[in-house]
Amino acid sequence: LSAAPEIPKEDGRPKWDNKFQYILSCIGFAVGLGNVWRFPYLCQIHGGGAFLIPYFIALLFEGIPLLHLELALGQYLRKGSIRAWSTISPYLEGVGVGSWMVSVLVSLYYNTVLTWVMWYFINSFQEPLPWSACPLNENRTGFNEEFSESTAVNYFWYRKTLNITPDIAESGTLQWWLILCLAACWAIVYLCTIRGIETTGKAIYVTAIFPYLVLTIFLIQGLTLPGATEGLIYLFSPNLNTLKNPRVWLDAATQIFFSLSLAFGGLIAFASYNPTKNDCEKDAVTVAIVNSMTSLYASIPVFSVLGFKATTAYWDCLDRNIINIINEFDLPEESIMRQNYTSWISFLNSSYPEKIAGLKLKSCDLQEFLDQSVSGTGLAFIVFTQAIILMPGSQAWAILFFIMLFSLGLSSMFGNIEGVFTPLLEIQILPKSAPKELLSGIICLISFLIALCFTLGSGSYWIDIFDRYAGSVPLLVIAFFEVIGVVYIYKIKRFSKDVEWMTGRKLNLYWQITWRFISPLLLLIVFMAFVILQMQKPPIYTAWNPKYEGFPMKEEKVYPPWVQAICVLLAALPCMCIPLVALFHLVKQKRRSKDPSLVPSEVFSCQGANS
Amino acid sequence: MLRALLLTLSVVAIAHAELCKPDAQNAFKVRISIKTALGDNAYAWDANEEYLFKAMVAFAMRRYSSKSSTQISNVLLCNVTDRVSFWFVVTDSSKNATTVPGSEVEAAIRMNRNRINNAFLLSDKTLQFLKITSTLSPPVEPSTPVWLIVFGVVLCLIVAGIVFLIVSGIQKHKKKNKESTERENLEEKVEVTLENGIPCEALDLKPGHINGVFAADDERFTSL
Repeated sequence: LSAAPEIPKEDGRPKWDNKFQYILSCIGFAVGLGNVWRFPYLCQIHGGGAFLIPYFIALLFEGIPLLHLELALGQYLRKGSIRAWSTISPYLEGVGVGSWMVSVLVSLYYNTVLTWVMWYFINSFQEPLPWSACPLNENRTGFNEEFSESTAVNYFWYRKTLNITPDIAESGTLQWWLILCLAACWAIVYLCTIRGIETTGKAIYVTAIFPYLVLTIFLIQGLTLPGATEGLIYLFSPNLNTLKNPRVWLDAATQIFFSLSLAFGGLIAFASYNPTKNDCEKDAVTVAIVNSMTSLYASIPVFSVLGFKATTAYWDCLDRNIINIINEFDLPEESIMRQNYTSWISFLNSSYPEKIAGLKLKSCDLQEFLDQSVSGTGLAFIVFTQAIILMPGSQAWAILFFIMLFSLGLSSMFGNIEGVFTPLLEIQILPKSAPKELLSGIICLISFLIALCFTLGSGSYWIDIFDRYAGSVPLLVIAFFEVIGVVYIYKIKRFSKDVEWMTGRKLNLYWQITWRFISPLLLLIVFMAFVILQMQKPPIYTAWNPKYEGFPMKEEKVYPPWVQAICVLLAALPCMCIPLVALFHLVKQKRRSKDPSLVPSEVFSCQGANS
Repeated sequence: MLRALLLTLSVVAIAHAELCKPDAQNAFKVRISIKTALGDNAYAWDANEEYLFKAMVAFAMRRYSSKSSTQISNVLLCNVTDRVSFWFVVTDSSKNATTVPGSEVEAAIRMNRNRINNAFLLSDKTLQFLKITSTLSPPVEPSTPVWLIVFGVVLCLIVAGIVFLIVSGIQKHKKKNKESTERENLEEKVEVTLENGIPCEALDLKPGHINGVFAADDERFTSL
């Protein structure tokens, strides 16, 4: 039996100003950059509308149950991740430590991505946009060599922003402009998280709601662009054959998992500031559904703009061919238009095949342009920026777009930082008299100093590594142990009574089944499939090397062994926390049991009694 | 007489035909895209426009070499197509049946490119001299990059916000400390005057105080 918790009503724990702030913080944490630049890409490559089927199944059986578990846990125990897990069982404290570590690693590189967004934002005030202009060579008769092979947008991203080195082993120098932006980003994070949820609660009203406004504006603008409908049809036309590929199901499961920001400890921290008598079940369902709806909503303007870009590229291809033909055959201007291009080409091909062959015309296929799918930073900083140049009033659109990306990322950063801040506050790493502002200041300062290595020339390669290894496998492991820990160690009967006490109604069958069997099984399968697929892929990365023959294609290189060791370390370290901390507590317990003079730790007093 | 005239004319014509033909020595191809540049305001390319072109080339040659020997008749046009494209050469009037070297013509055109473009309301892209590359204008760069200014503004706002929050935090902390010490003092004062829950002032130190509990009316006691 579990007694009602003897938690005093006024325990001095900070609390949310109102329920809306809490929901908004959870939504802001879940809705991040991935909703804008990963979900539309997955939809595109996995058969359009058909992808929604595995996506919603994963949401139902993995996303919502795990979300509810974390929120209920945090709300009931009213503690951050490390203390919460040590309350469940001291042997599970490692789960909390692991999620704390992942939050640290992710905060480091996530804010550097925001640094890039900020750099683009402050450059958007320039007229004309700096990524539309081409740098000239010395005698001003042509364009810079590196640019002439690639495009202005690529040049601005790889050279003016990242100043990327051709190899991860070459660190290059610190880019001072990125350091300035990084300092500004960490200062903003400090400003917003300075007193924990007191300040993030106020900031979240802006950072969580503003992106929806901008997405709506982009939606309206995007739908009026030529070619938008082609893009949308391409995105949403379902291709059910892709569902036979298990890769699609794996991608859906991992997308839901990472999109909801589970296993970071941030959600537990947010929920711990709630009053205990709060309906966490409804909250979990609300947050999960809003997150998925946002992904869908965001993919509409993204694909309208991509369709517009593909159509414009297709028209440019046609126009270039038309000009070449007109010049070659000295035909009057506007004799060949886009509409009668194909009939002209067939006529000329039959009459003058050698001349046509000599022109080396590129074949223009709209489908091919639409098929060029990009995700991640490539989507935002290369494809979208190129599309923005083509829009009228491009400066305003650029500013709006980058502020939106910044808000999306910032609200996710709040969750990450909260996952770092709350456990540190609870284990009292600083004396109790020290103000909270000092702890958040120290966290931001140390993170800024460590993140300086991402501003090196090879920084973006390192961010890819962190994203691929630190922000993926450990989370799956931690989430698996979370479910197992609550369901089988804390015991599901006890937990359901706790949840019943909090929400005021009995846990229904759906939760029982998913928590007990489906979610852990699903997590195990996803984890194994993910690891197997990662191991099958050779550890290669693509490098931007102007001296490569295939330039502007990126060169595929293998990670040097020391980098591979770091990758393994990043993935393994948070996972190793779980057995290591358990071992530590086991050893401590054995030592205590051997020496009866020691006062037994109060943590063990209640654990054995309850079943 | 007539025959001599005809002969000279035909010789001149042949000579001209020899001098100006596609891929001739010192000849340049020009390509004009009027509709692309002007859209609905496009003018038609006719003999008058050709005359203007010859005049502009002659003007360029005069300005470049600073000798006024080049005449409009020195500029020969040929092979005009519907595209509009044609070839031209500049003949040397001092030397018979020769053309001015291509490098001179190129330099002259380069120097006066802007004037020639403007005469036709066209640009470097729409009035193309196929072998003459144009000098591209560099992008305008302000003395301080714009992004630095914006960055400065953003940073000032952030720092102001942080300072404000820290100062207000310190003030709140001080106020809370002051309040808690005041409350402690108040409680102490109250404690001093509380003795067993009864304020000392109420306790009358007069001897023989009748205890109300036991001092009842005489009627209470049973009468003897």
